[in-house]
Amino acid sequence: MIKKNSWVLIEKEILKPSERANNLPEETKKVPLKMWIKGYLLKDSQLEDEVEVKTLTNRIETGILKQVNPAYMHTYGKFIPELLAIDNMLKMELFGGDDNE
Amino acid sequence: MNNSYEAVMARKSEIMKKSVGIDYNKYEQNYLSFDYEKMLSDCNFSLKEIRKIQIENGVGNTPLKECKNITKLARKVSKKGYGARIFIKDEALNDSGSFKARRASISCYQAKKMGYKGVIAATSGNYGAAVASQAAKYGLKCIIVQECYDSKGIGQPEIIEKARACEAYGAEVVQLSVGPELFYKFLLLLEETGYFNASLYTPYGIMGIESLGAELVEDCKNQTGHEPDMVVITNAGGGNLTGTTRGIKKVTDKDITIVGSSVNLKGLHMASDTDFNKKSFTTGHTGFGIPFMMNPDRSDVPRSAARPLRYIDRYVTVNQGEVFFMTEALSILEGIERGPAGNTSLAAAFSLAQELKEDQIIIVQETEYTSAGKHHQAQLAFARENDIDIHFGNPQTEIPGKSIVFPKNINQIKVQDLDLNKIKQKYIHNHIKGYKKISHRDIEFLAIETNTSAKFVKDILLDNKIEVEE
Repeated sequence: MIKKNSWVLIEKEILKPSERANNLPEETKKVPLKMWIKGYLLKDSQLEDEVEVKTLTNRIETGILKQVNPAYMHTYGKFIPELLAIDNMLKMELFGGDDNE
Repeated sequence: MNNSYEAVMARKSEIMKKSVGIDYNKYEQNYLSFDYEKMLSDCNFSLKEIRKIQIENGVGNTPLKECKNITKLARKVSKKGYGARIFIKDEALNDSGSFKARRASISCYQAKKMGYKGVIAATSGNYGAAVASQAAKYGLKCIIVQECYDSKGIGQPEIIEKARACEAYGAEVVQLSVGPELFYKFLLLLEETGYFNASLYTPYGIMGIESLGAELVEDCKNQTGHEPDMVVITNAGGGNLTGTTRGIKKVTDKDITIVGSSVNLKGLHMASDTDFNKKSFTTGHTGFGIPFMMNPDRSDVPRSAARPLRYIDRYVTVNQGEVFFMTEALSILEGIERGPAGNTSLAAAFSLAQELKEDQIIIVQETEYTSAGKHHQAQLAFARENDIDIHFGNPQTEIPGKSIVFPKNINQIKVQDLDLNKIKQKYIHNHIKGYKKISHRDIEFLAIETNTSAKFVKDILLDNKIEVEE
């Protein structure tokens, strides 16, 4: 169970595919417009329940409970070795190779 | 209240009027023209006041730095005697890490002055962090609305980092999946909260950048004894180019060449749920640059204060591989690690410098902060996960959404010129569509808007059988 007042992330469908704007590419038109927002949980709930949260601007939003204490998980990503090759190319162009040492 | 998509969109102008405190109807003239200069001057901000507000709030007076090694590199592939000195204005050093702080500072100042309790901005880019940072200084509440994920909930690392930055400055972040209906949620939020619309495209959002144009001319003069010959400006919505050039013109009469540059994303649809994660640049690209140039008022206010066609002398594109390459060069040759989007104009400048003589000066007018997520390493890793083919070769063979091509040789970094005349013609076409006649004042307006002549406009009217009202 997730306790009332926990900091959580919810997901909500804002527009169904049938309610979407007319001038969209097909792949966009066939999926709903979704929203994700964080807030304090107003009642004890379970993951995947439809819940209400109070956001940082004291607004109430409803949606499906997805995460508790949502974390920032983005990183620098997997290493791209081509960047090292660029470094070598640039240094070689400007300062010469090993002769420069 | 009826909150269906259609009902909310129908309330648009009413919501807008309340949320920016500008009566745009006041500036409308004749058939299609409006009084641009009056719209700006009515906001009553002198350049001096703008600079004072900014300096008191952690914005402006960023250093202008000469990129001596990058200049040397350009000279290695230039004709003898060519290869202008390349300088960058290190805008990453503004609070919140980009030139967008200049725009946010005036919007938030105005919101506070007018008694609004909070500000809202629709942006997935640096502007969100800028508004959140400035709002924090004034004790204003802040909501940032982002287009962030595809329908499966997968997002660009760059945008996810921006959400973190906004939250770090205390903002509430509303994240949406791909689609222009973001504007619908944006309107609902303005209506619900009564907050100020800190749009990028109000006069405040544009006039805030005038200080950048003024500073770069003054810095250059102080450091070199000369004014710049060319300024390269990354172009998306057009505000950066408009504000910077207006600022330049306020402090010098010199005919400085204004070059807009965008990352070439030809072929990718900006409202496509599947193309969304195939691009490695979320701003500064042609997907915004070209449509906003041909139709500036497609923005989130009735009349955009960003009118790039009035000010641009030349519009070039660079490829994603070239920009990532120059981002790495800035780091490895100059010791300055910055985000890739801001380096769009650096990549262009590297090529453009080779057209100018050695004693000439070219200024790249911005940099942006970098960190996990919005680092070029992260953007490239994300591209590779999305099956984008990353390799060395001729950057001109890059296909946006399919490949990222790093130059195999330094001399392959080459800007591609877009035909500005064609863009100007299309601008005029877009604006006269649906009219049977227009006025002389409209002709004058279209000529100013496109930086052309009455004759240029009249020829197009003739072709389209549109009468001129006597």
